[in-house]
Amino acid sequence: MTIARVFVANRGEIAVRIVRACRALGLEAVVGVSDVDRDSAAARLADRAVCIGPARATDSYLKPETIVQAALGTGCDAIHPGYGFLSENPKLARLAREEGVAFVGPPAEVIELAGDKLAARAKAAEVGLPLVPGGEVATLDEAKRFAAESGYPVLLKAAGGGGGRGIKLANDEADLRSLFGVAVAEADAAFGDPRLYVERFVAAARHVEVQVAADAHGAVVHLGERDCSVQRRYQKVIEEAPAPAVTPEQRDALTSAAIAFARAIGYVNLGTVEFMVDARTGEHFFLEMNCRIQVEHPVTEEVTGRDLVAEQIRIAAGEPLSFGQDKVALSGHAVEARLTAEDVAHGFRPSPGRLRRFAVPALAGLRVDTHCADGTLIPPYYDSLMAKLIGRGPDRASAVGVLADALERLDVEGVECNRALLREVLAHEDFANGAVTTRWLEEVALA
Amino acid sequence: MGLTDDDVREILRIIDESQLDELRIEMAGFRLHVRRGGSPPAEPPPDRERAPQPERAPEPGAPEPADVASTNGAATIEAPMLGTFYRASAPGEQPFVEVGSKVDPDTVVCLIEVMKMMNSVKAGVSGTVVEVCAANAELVEYGEPLFRVDPAA
Repeated sequence: MTIARVFVANRGEIAVRIVRACRALGLEAVVGVSDVDRDSAAARLADRAVCIGPARATDSYLKPETIVQAALGTGCDAIHPGYGFLSENPKLARLAREEGVAFVGPPAEVIELAGDKLAARAKAAEVGLPLVPGGEVATLDEAKRFAAESGYPVLLKAAGGGGGRGIKLANDEADLRSLFGVAVAEADAAFGDPRLYVERFVAAARHVEVQVAADAHGAVVHLGERDCSVQRRYQKVIEEAPAPAVTPEQRDALTSAAIAFARAIGYVNLGTVEFMVDARTGEHFFLEMNCRIQVEHPVTEEVTGRDLVAEQIRIAAGEPLSFGQDKVALSGHAVEARLTAEDVAHGFRPSPGRLRRFAVPALAGLRVDTHCADGTLIPPYYDSLMAKLIGRGPDRASAVGVLADALERLDVEGVECNRALLREVLAHEDFANGAVTTRWLEEVALA
Repeated sequence: MGLTDDDVREILRIIDESQLDELRIEMAGFRLHVRRGGSPPAEPPPDRERAPQPERAPEPGAPEPADVASTNGAATIEAPMLGTFYRASAPGEQPFVEVGSKVDPDTVVCLIEVMKMMNSVKAGVSGTVVEVCAANAELVEYGEPLFRVDPAA
């Protein structure tokens, strides 16, 4: 199908990013905004903005029927869901398809399969991907039996979770006993699925993920990997490409595994296969697949020179991939920092408000993806991401240098932000050595 | 004991979801006074510049009460949701209201369709319809003016 006008079902920096990709493709963009986002950067940049509901996301950005109605009513032939909100909601994908609107993402059935972490594990095992030892547990006794065999600590995960949500760490049997019931109740309440699974906990692990792209004609390629080990409470803070501590052999193993998994589940569009790499042994384990554009996609764009969001829209239009695997060349290094409106000194509490000043320096090698400028309102209803700063250079040290320089010279007034923490991480010896694990930020940098 | 940001958010959520116009919370060393609508709080405003707050109170459940805004004497019935605006219950039927129709707050003035779900919209105000602002069978946005009503007539 031909796509001429894209409905952007998101807000913030990613809505701006999608509008820019539409521009690059010569397409029109209509942005659906909530009442408080009427004057947002994406709304001003787009050809048209329509108000889809009040500020509260459950009454606007999280309503699949309203999104599809808005897309139809504005003559759009595609819906780009961005990340978060409804990006991995099979209902939106299905509703769009039923109404003849292209969903910029994989088919609803694929989203469902990947979203069921137990089904995804089973599929990964089927195609020979290594998994962290573990499995579904229906009762506390089953969980205790597993933990006794594999050894503590263990992770309790919600089958319907993902993206770092619905995970609990049990250090011993007492922990497991006190957490199990809560975990079941929370999984049911938060994800509508009470099933849990248990996994051996790898204490020193790196988060490495592979970007894949697949078209509707059977072609699947990878665009290298990213390391996202600098995390707080399973939420990524700094990401980079390529991964600093991955050998060429490991890279081959990871990218082949990612492609095998994407093929096995009939993946179409851009997606990310996440792995955990044991920092001690170098073993890798499949974690999950994310069926959306990732927040951290710019680092991959910077080292591959590909516009991934534009590619997503082309794929949704049924076009074959615009490049083959042999045309994916990685060059240089890119590091991204997520600048958030959070008060680090007070438990990372959100710090919404109006930006009196927001200015980023013009630096060679710096890319900034943002919806913020002087006077931008950071509403309290949504994610606190203000900007993604991406430093690029011929090698890791120079990319980090550009980013550190940008963070130092950045001008932010009006809200609290995590700039100082980001600078600390970049300047830390452990980070410079490229050896951090997913617990490092909380156990070392924030300790 | 101070309030956390989560507490404040929770309070705003409760107010947002309630029919309350005003709320006072008093604890040791702490007073909070929130009032919906135009009147300023009795207490000095918080020091945060233009602290963002929900401007409207969406009220879940059908039929949707319209949002009514007042401009130079006439009240505006605004779309309570995005969808397709229908002036009559079915093609060929009489419109729910015309210019000159008398309405009271419970009068159904139009339908808004969202994915084949028809939501009836009530006037939310008494008076006489003086203008129909939206075109039949077209998309209306959340908050878009649908009708103007003269409350005096």
